[in-house]
This record gives sequence, structure tokens and C-alpha cells, in this order.
Amino acid sequence: MRRIEDTAPVWVDRTATHPAVRRPVIDVEDVLKTYRSGSLEVDALRGVSFTIDSGEYVSIMGPSGSGKSTLMHILGCLDVPTSGTFLLAGDDVSTMSEEELAHVRNRRIGFVFQQYNLLPSLDALRNVELPLLYSGVDRPDRHRRALDALDRVGLGDRIDHRPGELSGGQQQRVAVARALVTDPDLILADEPTGNLDSVSARDVMGLLDELHRSGRTIVLITHAAEVADASQRVMRIFDGEITHATAAELAGP
Amino acid sequence: MNLFETFRTGLNAVVSHRLRSALTVVGIMIGITAVILTVGLGEGAQQQVGSEISALGSNLLTVTPGSSTSSSGIRGGFGSASTLTVGDAAALDSKVVAPDIDAVAPATSASESLVAGTTNWTTTVVGTDPSWLTVRGRTMTEGRFIVSHDLATRANVIVLGATTAEELFGARDPVGESVNVAGQPMSVIGVLNTVGSSTSSSTVADPDDQAIVPLTTASALLFGGTSRSSVSQILVQATSSGSLSAAYQEADAELLSLHRITTSTTADFTITSEQQVLSTATSVDKTLTVLLGGVAGISLLVGGIGVMNIMLVSVTERIREIGLRKALGATPRVIRRQFLVEASVLGTVGGLLGALLGLIGAAVLPHFISDPITISPVATIGAIVVAVAIGIIFGVYPAGRAAKLAPIDALRND
Repeated sequence: MRRIEDTAPVWVDRTATHPAVRRPVIDVEDVLKTYRSGSLEVDALRGVSFTIDSGEYVSIMGPSGSGKSTLMHILGCLDVPTSGTFLLAGDDVSTMSEEELAHVRNRRIGFVFQQYNLLPSLDALRNVELPLLYSGVDRPDRHRRALDALDRVGLGDRIDHRPGELSGGQQQRVAVARALVTDPDLILADEPTGNLDSVSARDVMGLLDELHRSGRTIVLITHAAEVADASQRVMRIFDGEITHATAAELAGP
Repeated sequence: MNLFETFRTGLNAVVSHRLRSALTVVGIMIGITAVILTVGLGEGAQQQVGSEISALGSNLLTVTPGSSTSSSGIRGGFGSASTLTVGDAAALDSKVVAPDIDAVAPATSASESLVAGTTNWTTTVVGTDPSWLTVRGRTMTEGRFIVSHDLATRANVIVLGATTAEELFGARDPVGESVNVAGQPMSVIGVLNTVGSSTSSSTVADPDDQAIVPLTTASALLFGGTSRSSVSQILVQATSSGSLSAAYQEADAELLSLHRITTSTTADFTITSEQQVLSTATSVDKTLTVLLGGVAGISLLVGGIGVMNIMLVSVTERIREIGLRKALGATPRVIRRQFLVEASVLGTVGGLLGALLGLIGAAVLPHFISDPITISPVATIGAIVVAVAIGIIFGVYPAGRAAKLAPIDALRND
């Protein structure tokens, strides 16, 4: 597992530091996910295989019920596949224990949710500090890195505001800051603009675009084509299968 | 995540649900206050009994008429017979027969109405002899006690307890005044010292509210009774508290031989020490303390269940928060610890506030009730420890539930 350098700036441009590296961050091989409710078995994913390379900006698109949420949970290490393998930056996470998965989520994945999911009782700074708290970063360092991340999303002057005192767009930017504060391998955004007005949505999409340009790997899950268009590559999922990839994927990045 | 951060997170959750936390804390607080106050009341009662033991003197034996078997074989109950006589008392007073007995006072008592002018006061009138003063360890504040001459002449004289004197004569000097007892005018010759009235113990009559008359006067003029020479009790003072059991043996043997009784099981008298009576009282008080403590303990248990209830509600209500924390990398262990800290914070705050309220109660309550409250530091610290433990014990299950939540189930809950 890659160690997080406590002193490293948050926005390391990885394409600049590792120009030759094009290893897959996500390598999904024949992943199957079956949910059982009572005697009824539902196949949410039926043998999905794809790879996403480091530094890519990929959208996974599909209507509700298509299995995109299930895929997102597996990519986010919130759930494990019933069968098949999932390598995250080379490590097989499909067999990890709950404890190990928690560490992987903590250090290698940054989440941006549709509902922002900020803790209402904490101010912006402490919300952003939260993942660092769980990885055991000490206080001064945590503080500095959270400040840097908030600066990065343009909220350096709102650090002591609680979520209730921020607009939806600002809350989502705090969530983005929280996602990138641990310097993760992957930023996983689940309908990040679903609750936002068009101005705020453009704002957040611009932020993701900026992160991508600085070398971040971003996976965006959405049902809206205009949101997916912002990414380099679009994968469509329907009935638990990848049905279509854009020309960008076929041509390679 | 270190302990300090865990604690901060837990505390933050407690503070951000103020009303709920406060109500839970009140539950624990009431339990702890109840425990501290009931234990304090019990200890206070026991200490009071203990001080009464020493006030009465630990080297005192009381001989009372016991069960007796008549010639026809009918066995009378305890205290129903008048088997003790002045002669028995005189025999026990012999240094030859009973070297460990220091003084003997035969006594007979009855509740009588005392009348002084228009004032009427009912109290215990004791007929006894001059050694009563030594045996009971009393002194005179005014006048004199009865002397042997009073006994010989059946003098109509009376010595009053301090309370009795005040009730009958108020601020006036009672010595030389006259009191009517059962129609007999008696002249007051003295007033006993004050030993402090006991208010809680039901086993000992108020020693400041009684009247003493010569034994002969009592049996001839006041009480009548089956036999003029019979007494209702003989007070025996041992030479020291160490020789108490020796004095007991001597008195027992002497009375058995005087009454021509061969086996002690058929004895027509009973010898008790004041200690026996008071240890019974102490054990009664102890039983009461245990009972009250049990009730208080139950209220503490209810408080603990309150903590569990609120923590379970909290877990259900904060499913999203738990899911998010897990998504951000909180391990099940960290989540469990966070909820345990929350529960124990509730317990600790409840315990500390309860202890504080208990101490305030212990300081304030004795002004309104007659019973003393003794707060023991051990019980107080113990109660706080119990409160913290209750928080933790009743927090384990909810914390476990929180830790077990799957992050996707938690996050899905919109």
C-alpha cells in the first residue's frame, strides 16, 4: 500500500512526476454481484470487465436500476463482488476483510456523493479533516492539509462555516476537498451534480476537470449524458452489463 | 485515530444532541443521587445507634423476668411473670457471690400521668434505688437523687428528667415543687442531666423524659402489682466491659440457684446486654439500608437502560453518519469506540452530577428531616464508578450494532 507522504502538497501533479506511468488504477475482471432477498436472487452485475488507467477521467453512465450504483459500491470498496476480481492499483480488494477495506477507502479513494454527506455538527475544516483523522495524521498536519484542500476548492475563507451555513455548491466543494485531502489513487464521484442548480453544477464540474488536468484519476457515475460528456471516456451500463464504450475507449487514451 | 480524538468525536456527538443527552444524564443522575442518599441515611442511622451504645455504657446487663413454668406445667410467656424480686437484686449485689458485678439497681417502671398545677404530662415513672444513678451513668444538674433513707421511709419524692421537668414547669425551678403521680403528691428533689434525646432509635426510650421515684414508694403507692417485692428489671453493671461475660455468668448462676432452677433452659428470667438490643437495632437499620439501596439500585438500572435506549435510537438515527464515517475509513473498531465513549460520557456526567446532587441533598435534607445523613467518600466514589460502568455496559450493545452496519446500507438510507 502506498504511504501517504504527510508533507507532500495535496495537489501533486502526478502526470508531471510520473510521466511514463500508465498503470491501471482499476482492473475489473468478470465481476458478478448477486443480491439475495428472500428466495429471490437478483443479478446486479453480470460479469463486468474493464480497466481504468491512472490519470483517466471516466464516466459510468446508466439509468437507475442498471447496476451502476452496485458498480460504484464495488469500485469504492464499500462492497465486495460475489465473484470475479477487482484490482485497485494492483491490489486485489475482492478478498479483503472489512478492516482492510476501511483502510483502502481511507487512503486510496476519495468519495463525492450526491447528498454531499457532510457532518452537520462539524465546520468545513473539520469535515475535510475527517479522513485524515481516521488515518492517524497528527493535528497540525491534518490542519494544514485540510486548509490546503479547502484553498484548492476556493473555500479558504469559509473554513469555520458549518454545512448549514453554506450553499449546496459550496457544500459539494467541501466534499470535493474532503475527497482529495488524502491524496487518493481514485476520486469516485456519484452523481455529484444531482442536487445542484446549473451554475453550481458547472462550478463543481469545472473543479473535477481541474483535478483531472492536475493528474487525478476520476470516475464519475451519472445518469445524465451532459454530465458524462465532460469526461474523456464514457462507459454505459445496462442490466448489469457494460453495453457500450465511446470511441475514446476503443482508440485508447 | 487516537484516544483523544475518539473522545472529542464522542463528546461532540453528546453536545450536539443536547436535550436528548441531558434527559439521559438525568436518568443516571437520579439513580446515583438515590444511591448516595439512601446509603448515607443508612450509615447515619447506624452511626447514631453506635453512639447510643456508647452512651448507654457497654458494661450493662439487664435482667428481665422470663418465661416460667408453673407447678401445673403451664409455661408463661416472656415478661408475663413477676419472677424477679428485690431480694434477687440484693443477692447479686454481693461482692462474694458476684465479684465482677459493680452495682445493681432493681427497677420497675410504668407509664404514668404527672400533674403539676394545671400541666399534665405522661411519662415513664421508674421505681428504683440509689445505685440507678451510677448504673445508668447519669448525674444531677439540680438537687439530689433518691437515697436509701427515701427507700426506707417510702418517701414521696421524685427526680425528673430534664425534658420532663421542662414540660411540667417550663423555666421555673422544679426542685421543691410538687407533682401528682397517680393521685399521690410527690415532692421534686432533683433534676437529671441531659444526655441528648435520641430521635431515630425506637429501641430506647428517651432518657431525658422520665421520672424516678424510690422503689418502695413505687410498689407501695403507685403500681401495686402482683407482689410488692417484684421488680420489672434488674440493671447490673459489670466492673468493666471486659468482665461483662463473667458478670453474666455470675448473675445467671446466682439467679438459677436462688430460683431453684437446675437447667438454664427452664430459667424464669432473661439476661440481655444493651449491646445485644442495639446490635439488633443496627441489623434492622442495615436491612433497611440494603432494602433502600436495592430500590436505588433499581432506579440506577433503569437509568442504564435509558442510556442503552438512547444510544440505540442514536445509532438508528445516525445511520448516514456512521455510513459516511465508514466510507471515509473508520474501521468497525473505531465506530464501536466512538459510541462507547458517547455512552460512557453520558454515564460519567450523570454520575458526577448525581454525586454532586447527593452531597447537596446530604447537606440540605437534615434541616428538614430528623434523620442524620452520613456521606462516605468510598460510597460516593463507588457510585460514580458504577455510573461510568453502567454507561459502558449499556453502551456495548448499541456500539456493536453501529460497528456492524454495512457502509452501503448506511449510505443508501436517504
